[in-house]
Amino acid sequence: MKPRVSLWFIVVLTVVALWINLPSSSVLPGWVNVAGKKVSLSYLKLDRWRVPILGRELNLDFLSPAHLMGLFPVKLGLDLQGGTQLTLQTDMSKIDPADRDTALEAARQVIERRVNFDGVSEAVVQSSKLGEERRILVELPGIKDASAAAELVGKTAQLDFREIPASAYAEATKSGTPVIYYAQPTGLTGADLKKAAVTFGQSGKNTGPEVSIQFTDEGAKKFADITKRNIGKPLPIFLDGVPVSDPVVSEEIVGGNAVIEGNFTSEQAKNLAIQLSAGALPVPIEILEQRSIGASLGASSVEKSLVAGTIGIVIIMVYMAAYYGIYGLLADLALIIYTLVVLAIFRTGLFIMPPVTLTLAGIAGFILSIGMAVDANILTFERMKEELRMGKNGRHALEAGFARAWTSIRDSNVSSLITATILYVLGTSVVRGFAVTLFIGVLVSMFSAIVVTRTFLRLLPRFRK
Amino acid sequence: MFDLMSKKKWFFVLSALVILPGIISVAFYGLRLGVDFTGGALLEYRFEKPVDKNAIGQIVAQNGIEVSSVVDSGSNSYLVKTQPVAQQKVNQIKSSLQDKFGPVDELSMENVGPIIGAETTKNAFIALVLASVMIVVYLAIAFSKVPKPASSWRFGVTAVVALLHDVLVVVGIFSILGHFLGVEVDVLFVTALLTIIGFSVHDTIVVFDRIRENLPKYLSKSFTEVANISVTQTLARSLNTSLTVILVLLAIFLFGGETIRWFVVALLIGVISGTYSSIFNASALLVLWEERLGH
Repeated sequence: MKPRVSLWFIVVLTVVALWINLPSSSVLPGWVNVAGKKVSLSYLKLDRWRVPILGRELNLDFLSPAHLMGLFPVKLGLDLQGGTQLTLQTDMSKIDPADRDTALEAARQVIERRVNFDGVSEAVVQSSKLGEERRILVELPGIKDASAAAELVGKTAQLDFREIPASAYAEATKSGTPVIYYAQPTGLTGADLKKAAVTFGQSGKNTGPEVSIQFTDEGAKKFADITKRNIGKPLPIFLDGVPVSDPVVSEEIVGGNAVIEGNFTSEQAKNLAIQLSAGALPVPIEILEQRSIGASLGASSVEKSLVAGTIGIVIIMVYMAAYYGIYGLLADLALIIYTLVVLAIFRTGLFIMPPVTLTLAGIAGFILSIGMAVDANILTFERMKEELRMGKNGRHALEAGFARAWTSIRDSNVSSLITATILYVLGTSVVRGFAVTLFIGVLVSMFSAIVVTRTFLRLLPRFRK
Repeated sequence: MFDLMSKKKWFFVLSALVILPGIISVAFYGLRLGVDFTGGALLEYRFEKPVDKNAIGQIVAQNGIEVSSVVDSGSNSYLVKTQPVAQQKVNQIKSSLQDKFGPVDELSMENVGPIIGAETTKNAFIALVLASVMIVVYLAIAFSKVPKPASSWRFGVTAVVALLHDVLVVVGIFSILGHFLGVEVDVLFVTALLTIIGFSVHDTIVVFDRIRENLPKYLSKSFTEVANISVTQTLARSLNTSLTVILVLLAIFLFGGETIRWFVVALLIGVISGTYSSIFNASALLVLWEERLGH
């Protein structure tokens, strides 16, 4: 490419990257202080833009600053925005080997429904198969009470209605144990439910939160039968083998609606309703691993990484300018473009892959790749100096410097790419975050050193002859 | 030109002085493995005012959980390390702490079952071995055009010896830090090791690339002399690059926060060791090998 053509290419690329990195105008303050004067930023918040043409008003709102800024927010990992990550192991020992994959998918869907009912936005629920191990990975961003969320995800939620046989009363009095321990399953379970919701008690005795349930047609028939033969007797409701409610049947209930009263807090009632609506898990699950980061810790990590990253970049820029003079300044410019392009790739995934989720380790990988980007510049500058010393004139020294440095830049970066790939394939999520940013960073650093810095240098008068 | 290669014995001695205490420490004390490898729980709580950390340990223990340690992590936060905890117990611990000390903020929790711990260890090991092998193979291919009698495989093998040197330095120092300061290694430490491998090879390749280029230029000179010329020519670059990376790492060390501090320390040690080993070990070893072969 001719230097002028590639310069224009770089300019366009920089403008696009800059636009992608614009913050959303809603997070900007109304004004900023510049040298003691208030400068209004309100024009950046405009979301209307109407142009009168031929007596009609053309709607160009989509071109207004508020619509064009912050379209690609940085996707932060759970360690930076706060949240919970769970690895669940499914116990398939009682499932026929042929049905295990189906059971895993069913369990995944149940968990996904529970999480969605709970209103967690952007939750991720994935199933994974490792040899014979079948696992479910759950990521819940922005959760305040992480432990409660984990409990919601992991509950089996097997609901069943039990009746108390007539003989039980005598035995209970004799042994002194509460009669509820003699309750027998009726065959009416959570599988007969159509839906469940939180309501508030109307009757004088209970005004707290309750869970109202609606049975399927078949369930309604069963329920009518059971209530008919138990009039005047308790009909305890069990959840996962534990009694949660002990209502007494006053009459036969037809129509398939009932209410579970218990001493619920509204939180408990909500969770129960969610579990009942989303269904029971088809297999028992066990929490293998849980990582939760509070939102405050995440926010302070973001702040500290930003400060550290900025200071690091500024130190490098000052060093390069001090050591290499005008070359160093041009390398600094290339470094700024490099940073903008890498961040733009993180935000968009280049539109061909999902955006990169930035984690703490990911930021470390990115900062390390900055070091490698600078290294490529240092390599070429040292090479150019040598060529100049050997008496080559401007243009030839420049081209020879780049040509000679290329093999070591290529080989050293390829070995970094190999390491990043292995890390990605074998790593856990923490390590993967690091590998992805390092990989992207190294690729872009090669482009930045070879194309961007070279184009700038070629424009210097001393290298044009 | 510096005649560095004639002093190669001293470089090996210096490396040995750093590595041997580390190896001895690894042999006697091993590495202090974190919950990522052993399985267990790390619970971090923040209170409204400073509390007695022994009291925290007692309350956790009252819930039937074996406590390994309670560490004050600054600004009224405490890090409790225990055996793996069942989910319900975590809620119990939180509410009993709340009863005793008032409002509690659950800053972070990490609960790793033993199965995951064993898998992490295995994967980390496989990654280290695989990365080393791939790098030898890549170098053998990339350097296949070096003029005879030099062999591209010797370049690959010495580069890997240099990277093992750096891994040993870091692992050894962390074993010593673990024994005396209680520093634990976690998944991030493995990430750091792999990064160091990448950096070390990166550095070594730059020097080797120069040797590869200079060998046909100075056919009359011995391998040792060519190595001396090449190391001298790349010295400015090696030091400049390492210095910029070290400056960035120092910035992260000072301002990057507690969570990744030891990760950054591992990288710092590794980068310094990597620069040293690429100049003084990899090249010196290659020279020693070629001299033995009479080239």
